[in-house]
Amino acid sequence: MQQDSANIPFWRDIRILKILFQVLFIIGIILLALFLYTNMLQGLDDQETELSWDFLFSEAGFDIEEGTYSDPSEEENDSDPSDENLKGFWIGIVNTLRESIEFDPSDTNLKAFWIGIVNTLRVSIVGIFCATIIGFLFGIARLSSNWLISRIAAVYVEIFRNTPLLLQILFWYPLILVLPNVRESINFFDSIFINQRGVFLPSAEPAEGFNTWMWYLLSGIILAILVVIGFAVFRYLSRSRELQQTDRPSFVSNLIFSAKWTAAPIILIVPFLAWFLTPDAPLELSRPELQKFNFVGGIDLTPEFTALLIGLTVYTSAFIAEVVRAGIQSVVKGQREAARSVGLKESQVLRLVVIPQAIQVIVPPLTSQYLNLAKNSSLGIFIAFPDLFQIGKIIIGQTGQSVPTFAMIMTCYLIVSLTTSAFMNWYNRRITRFDSSS
Amino acid sequence: MEDNTLTQEIKPPDTSKGPVRWLRDNLFSTWYNTILTCLGLVFLFLFFKGFLTWVFTQANWRVIPANLQILMIGPFPIEQVWRIGIVFCTLLTLLGLSAGIWRGIVLQMAIAIVGVCLLLLLIPLDVVKEAENTSATLEFNLNIFYLIFIKRIWLLGGLVLLVGTFFIGRKKDGLKKWIIGGWILSFPWTMIMLHGFGENTISTTNWGGLLLTLLLAAVGIVACFPLGVLLALGRRSQLPAIRWVSTVYIETIRGVPLITILFMGSLLLPIFMPGDFQLDTVIRAMVALTLFSSAYMAENVRGGLQAVPSGQVEAAQAVGLSYSKTMIFIVLPQAIRAVIPAIVGQSIALLKDTSLVFIIGLIELMGIRKSILGNQDWTGLHAEVSIFIAVIYFVFSYSMSIVSQEIEEDLGVGNN
Repeated sequence: MQQDSANIPFWRDIRILKILFQVLFIIGIILLALFLYTNMLQGLDDQETELSWDFLFSEAGFDIEEGTYSDPSEEENDSDPSDENLKGFWIGIVNTLRESIEFDPSDTNLKAFWIGIVNTLRVSIVGIFCATIIGFLFGIARLSSNWLISRIAAVYVEIFRNTPLLLQILFWYPLILVLPNVRESINFFDSIFINQRGVFLPSAEPAEGFNTWMWYLLSGIILAILVVIGFAVFRYLSRSRELQQTDRPSFVSNLIFSAKWTAAPIILIVPFLAWFLTPDAPLELSRPELQKFNFVGGIDLTPEFTALLIGLTVYTSAFIAEVVRAGIQSVVKGQREAARSVGLKESQVLRLVVIPQAIQVIVPPLTSQYLNLAKNSSLGIFIAFPDLFQIGKIIIGQTGQSVPTFAMIMTCYLIVSLTTSAFMNWYNRRITRFDSSS
Repeated sequence: MEDNTLTQEIKPPDTSKGPVRWLRDNLFSTWYNTILTCLGLVFLFLFFKGFLTWVFTQANWRVIPANLQILMIGPFPIEQVWRIGIVFCTLLTLLGLSAGIWRGIVLQMAIAIVGVCLLLLLIPLDVVKEAENTSATLEFNLNIFYLIFIKRIWLLGGLVLLVGTFFIGRKKDGLKKWIIGGWILSFPWTMIMLHGFGENTISTTNWGGLLLTLLLAAVGIVACFPLGVLLALGRRSQLPAIRWVSTVYIETIRGVPLITILFMGSLLLPIFMPGDFQLDTVIRAMVALTLFSSAYMAENVRGGLQAVPSGQVEAAQAVGLSYSKTMIFIVLPQAIRAVIPAIVGQSIALLKDTSLVFIIGLIELMGIRKSILGNQDWTGLHAEVSIFIAVIYFVFSYSMSIVSQEIEEDLGVGNN
């Protein structure tokens, strides 16, 4: 045998051919890259721009209205007495956070880019939150035994799934601009105002007790984490004595188990307990109030943010509804019947049999919907919402540094999507392992 | 006595299906369903009251017939419309033949298209517009007569061809190969017909409206297929270099939004290409859409490849087939069959994504929308135009999703 393989000429030896083919392929790719690179140098030369990162630290020269924090005390009158009283470590952190999203045309391009990232994340996170709730509602409604409700849900899903998101955003945006003006705002309980300048919501502002409260909160959380780890260690040790080597769950899965059972009460109880211990109120409600030209205080959502948010939420929720429906339907009918026949209550059938199986089917496509939402937030560019992409475009327009700016934009999106897919792979492996062991 | 009681008839359970019974089962089965039904009814009443009032009293629908032509074909010269007519008839002929031979889902598609064509024949939207113009000048114009009827003649011709070739296709099974070839050739044929040659060349800047939308979507869907298959095979290849390059390409493209790629086409392409390199904007958009959707196609096909049992490959190798033959004749047919619904879903997404190309200056439906709203006569009619365009997109995407559901049922996916 060995003699035979030695006699094969190298151009017919599959092992050598494989390597040769790959080498040629890589050489081709390198040549292509070189070709593009030399062209780029030439092209940049023609445009009289030089490839450098210096532009990031030069003055931006444009203003960003959206998502930037402007200190009300600076605009109104500098000596706002309430601010003076607030001191301490946590107040300092809040102020630093606020400063990080303060923007002024004299700031650098890098800062502008950062504001863009913050805006993209802001609209994506709020959008994901709302789309999940609405999507689950409609997904469940579509499976309702009530004919009318399931029809309404089906029409909602089909309409918003089958029309382009861009069209939807461009449909909502003018509708917000024709809302009543500031003086005739639509008013809910004197705290939520809707008008053509956007939506104004009340917000929680740090007050006198804030600093103390945060310390209590932090110590509470550390304590809780210690409890969780302690419980996991206890469970791991006690169960490893009972179970066979092969059946023994890993320490990580023990940790997850104990976190699952203790996390919810901790998250609910600790802040309240801390609030109870704090002598002064840690947070105060700041309601939007009508001043000369506009509302001041609270959180204001610009028309662009609102339109983009509505568009993203409605569009994605239609897809999430389908994901949820498919997930629930994927649980074989026999599973429910079997669960009922062993005497489980209807709520137990859902909690112990249907949902654990459905969630395995739901989570992977749900994550990809979340990713789509984050990527689709770049459509804000059509209504001048200053997200990552829009600000990148402005920077390109001002400095001409298209190559590095594009590299930065793509890197930001890739970081988000690659970390998400890494998490997804980990999750899928975990789920399938549990599946085979149980 | 005892016998009597034993044989006493027990009424069978009520299986009547009257409307009252239906209402009780589906709307008022429990107390919370009753509440839900009432809430739903109130919602529907308020919604329809508001919406219908707007539709019939406030909306200005004249904007649609007045701009129908530009919405459909953009600034395509009207005297050259026969080109579109010929393309339309060619495609319907091919569809008719395929429907006759393959029946099933193709036939259903053909029937749907007949329905849409009949609807277009009968709806006198353009007549309204032309009538308005004529009443203004108060004279009968032959040209307008021509405009109204020429479209209907093409539509009718297409329909006749579709139905006629259906019956031909039913009889001649041997045409299969020719028809597949015809579909492949129909693509360059469409481009040549629309572009024209010699003196009659129509610049791609005159392509617009629904015509351009459909063209972009069709090119994207068709062209991304071979590229996607290659990438999918590359990602599953045993050669690490090819696997890595494919993986990086797929993950990069899938990780960034489409407008990044469209913008790269318009901002970075001039930098990365030799000095005098010029690429038509429409072609640029087509390339960007193809590159973009091929990454998604690759993932779909990969899903299918994973579903093919490894025994198939081993059996193919055992009978001595080479790698390419194994893939083309054994693996890919099975893999693609399994993921047809996913591919249709991706096609719908691509159709919707074509709306983004208006950011690089193309005048497909969204671009036309902008130019209509930019016209002084029609400012402020956002909602009317948007709803009309939404209906167009909806008709196409929804019918595609119905097709995909039918295929899913045919393949027996998700039966449990």
